[in-house]
Amino acid sequence: MSLRITFITAGRILRQLLNDRRTVVLILAVPSLIIALMSAIFDDERIFNSIGLILLAFFPFMLMFMVTSITLLRERTGGTLERLMTTPTAKLDLVGGYAIAFGLAAAAQTTIAGAVAFLFLGLETAGPVWAVFLIAIVTSLLGMALGLLVSAFATTEFQAVQFMPVIVVPQLLLCGLIWPREQMAGWLQGVSDVLPLTYAVEALGEVRVSSDITGAMWTDLGIVAGALLIAAALGAATLRRRTG
Amino acid sequence: MPPTDPDRSPSPPAVAVDRLEVDRGGRPVLSGLSTTVPAGTVTGILGPSGSGKTTLIRSIVGTQKIKSGTVTVLGEPAGSKRLRRSVAYVTQDASIYPDLSVRSNVSYFAALYGRNRAAAMAAIESVGMGEFAGRLAGNLSGGQKTRTSLACALVCEPEVLVLDEPTVGLDPVIRDELWGRFRDLASAGKTLLVSSHVMDEAERCDRLLLLREGVFIADDTPGDLRAATGTDNLEAAFLHLIRELQKAG
Repeated sequence: MSLRITFITAGRILRQLLNDRRTVVLILAVPSLIIALMSAIFDDERIFNSIGLILLAFFPFMLMFMVTSITLLRERTGGTLERLMTTPTAKLDLVGGYAIAFGLAAAAQTTIAGAVAFLFLGLETAGPVWAVFLIAIVTSLLGMALGLLVSAFATTEFQAVQFMPVIVVPQLLLCGLIWPREQMAGWLQGVSDVLPLTYAVEALGEVRVSSDITGAMWTDLGIVAGALLIAAALGAATLRRRTG
Repeated sequence: MPPTDPDRSPSPPAVAVDRLEVDRGGRPVLSGLSTTVPAGTVTGILGPSGSGKTTLIRSIVGTQKIKSGTVTVLGEPAGSKRLRRSVAYVTQDASIYPDLSVRSNVSYFAALYGRNRAAAMAAIESVGMGEFAGRLAGNLSGGQKTRTSLACALVCEPEVLVLDEPTVGLDPVIRDELWGRFRDLASAGKTLLVSSHVMDEAERCDRLLLLREGVFIADDTPGDLRAATGTDNLEAAFLHLIRELQKAG
């Protein structure tokens, strides 16, 4: 692995993203619009404080999952992955390049959505805003790692999109956004316990109610980071130098 | 590793294939291929579509899973880490990024090998794509994409350049220029392996590997091949060889 090649790869991926202006606008604007819509729907600011906050982390998670699964699938099917495997690029350079490039995209998205939510929509947390930002970025990298893994199981872009409901929706339904986890049936809580997005939402809950950074928040964030590393390692293992 | 025939090439071969067997989907694609490719030559891999050309090429660049046998490139097992700096591969379908400009594509591959933008521009000019440098690769014609893909390989100045059907759909003038460039590279000591199914390109190679149904039916210079088959063109020579084989059953 080489840091130089990792950054060259990240630069190339960012350039690809920036060449697609429409996608850039959608990435940057849509989360703010949906959070604004949520704030209009939920008049009760307690509900909005909870749901708006979760959405701040959920959007970059979903974004990274989608963009990574589709762009990596393109690399796999377009022959560029095979070509890169004959160059000095290591698998981790490629994964690292994706993480840096899309991590920056997620940071830009979160900054805009966060600014809109905190400054204009009256979103409030007891804890510091930087903690929200940190959780959102780590969660977005989890989305990237899952997208990387999923791209190995899809052979067309159409299939890659179909993995969204499989991987993202159950996590969204069971993470506590729709219904409090404590009030779910026992087996659903069990399922929820093994889904990494649950811990991102728990970490956000800590920031929402506690003015200090809590140990529980770090534990939750650590679990998300651990899941992200496992998914990224599994995903990197699916990048094969030799194929049949 | 196969013993190098000292009469044939005094220096170690650039590529040595020894009893290579490859199966794909449970079906044999290459059945016991052996050959050596001397450094500083242009070797043509010829054969009809489906004869195993791409599989052989992928085995040489180290992206193909092989069943048995060995492929040695510049003294190292094919696909080994050190070779990734000295072997460049141009796939049959242009493997470039459609959402990047020609310049960004070539600059990216240049950067992977520590080459700068000037080197990238020189490679773009050398394939006659200078005036399209700012265009998105996705908007190019097939031949232009092929040339961009070729520039991405040329920019890394490889010792061994492996090209899978690089001239399909190209303007005859550009095709001629590219072959001239391949010859120049070989004169400079680089080794080129070029697959093609066009027989007139075979004339421009130093050596030919004729591949049919996963076996070599000839491994010779164009001149010797014509002489051996008593024909005056390679198309006829290839046909002659196939008919001989069919007669032999």
